[in-house]
Amino acid sequence: MYSYNDFDRAFVAERNAQFRAQVERRIDGSLTEDEFKPLRLMNGLYLQLHAYMLRVAIPYGTLDSAKMHQLAMIADKFDKGYGHFTTRQNIQYNWPELREVPDILDALADVEMHAIQTSGNTIRNVTADHFAGAAADEIADPRPVAELLRQWSTDHPEFQFLPRKFKFAITGSPHDRAVTRAHDIGVRMITQNGEPGYEILVGGGLGRTPMVGQVIRDFLPVADLLPYAEAIVSVYNLLGRRDNKYKARIKITLYENGIENIRALVEERFKKLRTEFDGNDQLMLNELEHQFAAPAYVDRATTSYLLARGANPLFRSWAETNLSEHKNPDYAIVTISLKAHGQTPGDATSDQMRLMADLAAQYGHDELRISHEQNVILPHVHKSDLAVIHAELGKAGLATANIGLISDIIACPGMDYCALATARSIPVAQQIATRFDELKLEHEIGPLKIKISGCINACGHHHVGHIGILGLDRAGVENYQITLGGDGTEDATIGQRAGPGFAYDAIVPAIERIIHAYLGLRQTQDETFLDAFRRVGAQPFRDALYPVEDTANAA
Amino acid sequence: MTRRFTPKIITANALLEGDVVYLCADGTWSREHVDAELIEDEAHAQLRLLDAEQSSGIVGVYLADATAGKDGPEPVHFREAFRAKGPSNYAHGKQESQKHV
Repeated sequence: MYSYNDFDRAFVAERNAQFRAQVERRIDGSLTEDEFKPLRLMNGLYLQLHAYMLRVAIPYGTLDSAKMHQLAMIADKFDKGYGHFTTRQNIQYNWPELREVPDILDALADVEMHAIQTSGNTIRNVTADHFAGAAADEIADPRPVAELLRQWSTDHPEFQFLPRKFKFAITGSPHDRAVTRAHDIGVRMITQNGEPGYEILVGGGLGRTPMVGQVIRDFLPVADLLPYAEAIVSVYNLLGRRDNKYKARIKITLYENGIENIRALVEERFKKLRTEFDGNDQLMLNELEHQFAAPAYVDRATTSYLLARGANPLFRSWAETNLSEHKNPDYAIVTISLKAHGQTPGDATSDQMRLMADLAAQYGHDELRISHEQNVILPHVHKSDLAVIHAELGKAGLATANIGLISDIIACPGMDYCALATARSIPVAQQIATRFDELKLEHEIGPLKIKISGCINACGHHHVGHIGILGLDRAGVENYQITLGGDGTEDATIGQRAGPGFAYDAIVPAIERIIHAYLGLRQTQDETFLDAFRRVGAQPFRDALYPVEDTANAA
Repeated sequence: MTRRFTPKIITANALLEGDVVYLCADGTWSREHVDAELIEDEAHAQLRLLDAEQSSGIVGVYLADATAGKDGPEPVHFREAFRAKGPSNYAHGKQESQKHV
């Protein structure tokens, strides 16, 4: 894991001291809200529906136990004893008081964390595959590259006032768990003729105009990453529209100018920028690679794991859904579900955070990850420790065996918290999870991703949900649109709108009709919802959603 | 025909806590929607809004539709109903504490 150097420490301390003075000047009336707002946003502080919200960056979703313990301490001391993990691998506190925010930022700095560039028209937290450094299918660990991008983009003088926010995601695996195709820039680590490099995607994004990213460079040598990224962002900085917020993202710049024109401009800019990078960035990357070296794996028998699987059906069920293949065959990647049926997706109490931190310290080489799917990962667990981890998690309500299933729902905060939301998302997620748990159909249904956004900005990634739900305000009433067939992996696809939306109390029955249609038409138990959708198309699901006699009642 | 004016209340967030507040007829701010002044005249609403924007300790003042209820003004739109009550997933915010500024 990356450790701050003196420069980082001094930089964060100085920013925190500046913000402390800014908060004081706001409170004593020297600064108006118009003057203060851009300053607080630069430090991740929003004013939401009921309170302030502080968004804290978790760079590429990587934490150790000390950081997680501090997040728990902050939740207890400055908030209401919990935190909300987001789809961008951040954590949000929903109830901080303005006067205490500088103290929170100092507490974060104590464990080398901050909230800088978690808002505003800047390059945001660089996200990465949450299985980075552990996945069996991985070509290389993306985190050193993510850290290099983070250092380059943090306080980058040219990119503090971009036309709009700008998001990077990076994956080191061919199987894309980081939704790179839905980011402004997606970086895929690849090899060509044995040489490592990157495929660079540009112009992906969800929101009001969802688009799948396009390849701007099919192979970029490792040493060219920063000048090439700088070329893309600087071309966008000049060309991106500042006249209309809704047309300001790079996906629109790309759409309006065409990939060929953008590529030509980027390559031209890159030629100039390439000469300005003297190789120091590559020396830094080498150092970072050492800091992210694989842990010292232990060599121990795994027979106890097999015995526990045989003896405990609950453990076996959890192992089947919540474990993923590790590059070391004696190890497993554990996904801890923050989606207990009926609970708020992505929320963890301070006690739960402390338990996860302690388990990571004791059994997981002191590593934790936050996934964009709002779960917590222990990336390196020896198989002989899995049974005890499962038992400990169970005591804290963290052993839900539902990863990748219908109740493992992504949901944005929606109108329960967010000032931009047009409808609630959290209660819809809670009700869907509770309903399918009651029906005992979850495991029968198999892999299925439901993603819910409470407004068109799509923080809940609804466009790439196998079933997406978008909450809208239709004439003063909450209304939910359904999209079908979306996919956030390497085969990224934007879901198709099913038809007219559903009222708040009709959305769960609507989802149930889709699921029953799927169970009725799948060819085998192994045909997933997405596979079935791709085979038969949207029509059978539309027929189930809108039976002829009901059409007149659909809003 | 001129459009009939929908009655309004004036609402904002408290600077220090961010909590939702409402402007009362006497010019003070309350945490409770029912305490708000229900403004039935458009010109008066604009005047009150100008006054409210000068208040210290308050952020993001705006007019919201409201209707007369048994105990005082009630929200019209569901967004204002959530602001008046607090989130639906936890009994946090106004659901846990009832106090005046």
